[in-house]
Amino acid sequence: MSFLSVTRVIKRFGDVEAVKAVDLEVPRGAFFALLGPSGCGKTTLLRMIAGFEQPDDGVIAIDGVAMNGVPAHQRPTNMVFQSYAIFPHLNVFDNVAYGLRRDGLGKDALRARVEAMLATVRLEGMGARRADQLSGGQRQRVALARALVKQPKILLLDEPLGALDKRLREQMQVELRALQKSLGITFLLVTHDQEEALSMADHIAVMNGGRILQIASPRDLYERPNCREVADFIGEINFFHASVKEIAGDNVTCNAGLLGIVPVPRRAFGFAIAAGDHVLLALRPERITLSGGTVAGEIAAASFLGERSHYHARIAGRSEPVFVASSGPAPQGPVMLGWNPADVIALPFVE
Amino acid sequence: MRNRGLLVYAAAYLAFLYLPVLFLPLFSFNASQYIAFPLTGFTTQWYTALFADTAMLQALSNSLKVGVVTAILSTLLGLLAAKAVTQYRLKGTGTALGFIGLPLFIPDVVLGIALLLLLAAIGFPLSLATVVLGHLCLCTPFALAVLIARFEGFDRSLEEASADLGENGWMTFWRVTFPLMLPGITASLLLTFITSFDEFLIAYFLSGTDATLPVFFWSQLRFPARLPVVLALGALILLASVVLVVLAEVVRNRGVAPDKKTIGA
Repeated sequence: MSFLSVTRVIKRFGDVEAVKAVDLEVPRGAFFALLGPSGCGKTTLLRMIAGFEQPDDGVIAIDGVAMNGVPAHQRPTNMVFQSYAIFPHLNVFDNVAYGLRRDGLGKDALRARVEAMLATVRLEGMGARRADQLSGGQRQRVALARALVKQPKILLLDEPLGALDKRLREQMQVELRALQKSLGITFLLVTHDQEEALSMADHIAVMNGGRILQIASPRDLYERPNCREVADFIGEINFFHASVKEIAGDNVTCNAGLLGIVPVPRRAFGFAIAAGDHVLLALRPERITLSGGTVAGEIAAASFLGERSHYHARIAGRSEPVFVASSGPAPQGPVMLGWNPADVIALPFVE
Repeated sequence: MRNRGLLVYAAAYLAFLYLPVLFLPLFSFNASQYIAFPLTGFTTQWYTALFADTAMLQALSNSLKVGVVTAILSTLLGLLAAKAVTQYRLKGTGTALGFIGLPLFIPDVVLGIALLLLLAAIGFPLSLATVVLGHLCLCTPFALAVLIARFEGFDRSLEEASADLGENGWMTFWRVTFPLMLPGITASLLLTFITSFDEFLIAYFLSGTDATLPVFFWSQLRFPARLPVVLALGALILLASVVLVVLAEVVRNRGVAPDKKTIGA
């Protein structure tokens, strides 16, 4: 049994099923992200783990203990709220010390523990500051310190970086990651920002419409998405309709219309196929080359981004452009699009 | 020119508002029992007479009792109602609020008579308790209005954060909700106390033989010789009111300087 185990959990709000029979296993010490668009049920799931909402069905267990009926204040979890929820009537020190009152620490021990935690989140000497004297980044650190000082089994983070500007966000991503590694506490992050999830988490569960679509490492999610929604949600991608022409051992050939006959390795299909099946083939922009290929096209738009350039290539007979990312020299005139068969992502076709 | 005109207007307005009030302390120290200029001499005899008057002291004590009990009860009722209205989605909230606020728009004399008829019909004896009941109808809407305004800006995730950090509902209330609501609670206590303390009509109908201060005041006006004593009493009430309001402001500013973003006004 894993450290956090969510089994067939269902949550309804009136007639709406916000979370639909979700299963989730989070190993001890992991940095795990729940990624999905707003309204996908990720925050509801997090709030059920924290104990702010009760599941209508299913079991949530932490470290082998079922949490059904255990109120939020008795759970071994602590949360960094999206709004940070810093107590405005307390200073930084008292905010961080808030949850330690019941732990029966002596005055000196309590002070030492709070000061150590403030140092960990780089807020040394800020204990006397009032909540309204803090910047956004500092508020975030106070929220983090206040939760971590309780030494939770799982730290829950609800869109923790959403309110910060881009620069600070990137800095905090690195810091959070380092903090998680050094403390060894299991982090469960909820975010709609794929970059945030990809850069910090070891494991990502992609959610949509109250369901988990796929759970994988960031790299596998990017290179081996299991459905169109995941492929579309993580990064840029080009989709091509195709049908399976022939299956011969490890080699599959597909008829991909404008792309012609396309060979795809059998292992690219994570699902059962038979000749004649409709499938969806997908290619990441950086996996497409602009020369030496077999598909003729021309560049409709180009944008130079420094270390690489983005192109929109038009293929005769296809309305939407093919998105290509390349670091090579700018192409002149017509292009011949090509790719390595091993880079083709094969997905089930759903009407 | 226009500015000067406004200034004169403002001065006249304030004079009209406060000069009559200042006559109270002025004449309460005047030696003559007639309220007329010129002043005839300085005396504290009316104050001496006031504190020798046991009926007055009894009325003062009655009013304080009614005011304090009304303030606490109406603020408590207002607190619970405001929390329910702002933090839970309940059916019929608008209708309920409308009915709670209605007594503010019913003439006090109608409310007083109606309550008197009701109490007479069920055979409930008139006492200070019935005055409190009447005042609750009047004060609870005030408390509710003050406290709803406070709760509306209250970030519920603060209470969740407290629960998350290991405090149960009761301790969360005392460590988070109450301190953040304190300015609102203080304002509500003050407003409802003053409203009850000043109220005459309902108290007149419902007080039975235990007169509150305004009722006592009214009864004394029948005796011209008692007028300077009534003035002395008025002056003291004025002083007490000013002290109370200033004190409340000080407490409000010192107690909690709430984060504007999370609490609102």
